[in-house]
Amino acid sequence: MREIVIISGKGGTGKTSLTAAFASLAKNSVLCDADVDAADLHLLMQPEVRQRTDFMGGCKAIINKDLCTNCGTCIDLCRFGAISEQFQVDAIRCEGCGVCVDFCPVAAIDFPVQRCGEWYLSETRFGPMVHARLGIGEENSGKLVSLVRKEARQLAEKQGADLIITDGPPGIGCPVIASIGGATVLVIVVEPTVSGIHDMERVVDLAAHFKVPGMVCVNKFDLNIKMTEAIEQLALRRNVAVLGRVSFDPSFTRSMVEGKTLFEYGEPTATWQQVRDIWTHITSSPSMNTLGIVDLKSSIQ
Amino acid sequence: MIISVASGKGGTGKTTISVNMALALGAGVELLDCDVEEPNAHLFLKPVIERSERVEVPVPLVDLKKCTFCRKCSDICRFNALAVVGKKVLVFQELCHSCGGCMAVCPEGAITETGRELGTVNFGARGDIRFINGQLRVGEAMSPPLIKRVRAEADLQLITIIDAPPGTSCPVIAAMNGADFILMVTEPTPFGLHDLKLAVEAVRLLGIPCGLVINRADIGDRKVFDYAESEKLPVLLTIPFDRRIAVAYSQGKNIVDEFPEWRERFGDLFRKIEAIIKDRGEAVSCAK
Repeated sequence: MREIVIISGKGGTGKTSLTAAFASLAKNSVLCDADVDAADLHLLMQPEVRQRTDFMGGCKAIINKDLCTNCGTCIDLCRFGAISEQFQVDAIRCEGCGVCVDFCPVAAIDFPVQRCGEWYLSETRFGPMVHARLGIGEENSGKLVSLVRKEARQLAEKQGADLIITDGPPGIGCPVIASIGGATVLVIVVEPTVSGIHDMERVVDLAAHFKVPGMVCVNKFDLNIKMTEAIEQLALRRNVAVLGRVSFDPSFTRSMVEGKTLFEYGEPTATWQQVRDIWTHITSSPSMNTLGIVDLKSSIQ
Repeated sequence: MIISVASGKGGTGKTTISVNMALALGAGVELLDCDVEEPNAHLFLKPVIERSERVEVPVPLVDLKKCTFCRKCSDICRFNALAVVGKKVLVFQELCHSCGGCMAVCPEGAITETGRELGTVNFGARGDIRFINGQLRVGEAMSPPLIKRVRAEADLQLITIIDAPPGTSCPVIAAMNGADFILMVTEPTPFGLHDLKLAVEAVRLLGIPCGLVINRADIGDRKVFDYAESEKLPVLLTIPFDRRIAVAYSQGKNIVDEFPEWRERFGDLFRKIEAIIKDRGEAVSCAK
């Protein structure tokens, strides 16, 4: 089983648009949206949801006013400032640690498990898709990411698909860490800007921790050729393969407005060829060997 | 006055709006970059950094000489950060949420606390503009405690502009909670609109007034404008797509420096926000 995870560090560089374009080129693959906190891939894939499952995350404290003796133990112990002088729990501040629950001398605090979102098994015109929606303002995004990736893997095994294409989240924190562990290869989508290269460097540092092979492509490269070259040089220094360049092309936005991938909108363009070439480079790289064995030689340094 | 600049979708222009508004206002402003996973505001504001502080969160340290291996610590921990195995107590620091439960429950007083490095907070200024950012240590998963730490450094006498992280989960809440106003930066595309709707839901949860900046306003379609109208979200500024702005951004240059006519517009943006905060009664609030 091989899994390509598309990440970027910086948001808005074109991860989802390129993931969707790759999905339309791939054969016999399963799609996975690991950006559970602002998922967008479904807007292009228009999945038909076949199975919907609640995602149960952590617990939140609720004080039972009838039993509470206002002793203040919970307020003293709570390190998150979540309990008011009136013994009301602020659900946004509550970390779900349960310390107040365990130390309440009269057992006046309930600790119900929370529904933190839901996840879906779906069918799309490019094959099956696993995706999710984290509840607004919820925690546990890393857990939900791990869950959708595991489900995607199981689904791929069941259906005899040998490839998973995963759309990753921005940043370098909890959901990104959960997205890249165990990936066959990372595809890093970078824009040629001062912030693009800065954020790429941090995500490359993170990937080096996990010894995952990485490849980079520069999107909207023609906005700043010098910066594009700097990104490619940085990539080579860090043992990250350079996949190619994609032009700044308004047809990405136009196809998005119609809910289509790049290849489903309008007449073939030079951009189509650029993206096709990048896909060929990804699939023919040594890291993508048919056995899906991690290619340590090409891991990020 | 605290204005938090958020978006839902990444790459819509949060940092651009935060930095240019700060530059347009000048003295009496501080910019707090709370996108601690990928902080970028310093690349555009170009502040002089005066000092940096290492930020730690407390994690348990077990004294095995006092420990009786009663397992009360591992039982109370909801995050599986402690495990008692034979005559050993394993502490998984990266899973710890620093709640202090294990230390409070230990009957032998065998648990004290040590620190896990979250990252750094950097302090500086560009001219009269005060600047603080947080930088998450690469490999660290939990950004909210670092975001809260950056916010704790805010000077309440100043106009505080917060550059928030993308998304709609706990890091964004940490960057928005307690603000006087949320400025949502979006773009008129299906992705921009979809993530804006989620972000507005988050703002409503917090009950803070909000308004929109629509960036690259002439790409995509009109649905963001329709949504703003139907939800009575004031559109406070629109910025058309201009390749010259995109190129200047790519080089780390700011709109108000390169295109002086924008200085006044960013000043107006702030004055509109100020008016809404001062006049919350009449103004349209997200908290309906």
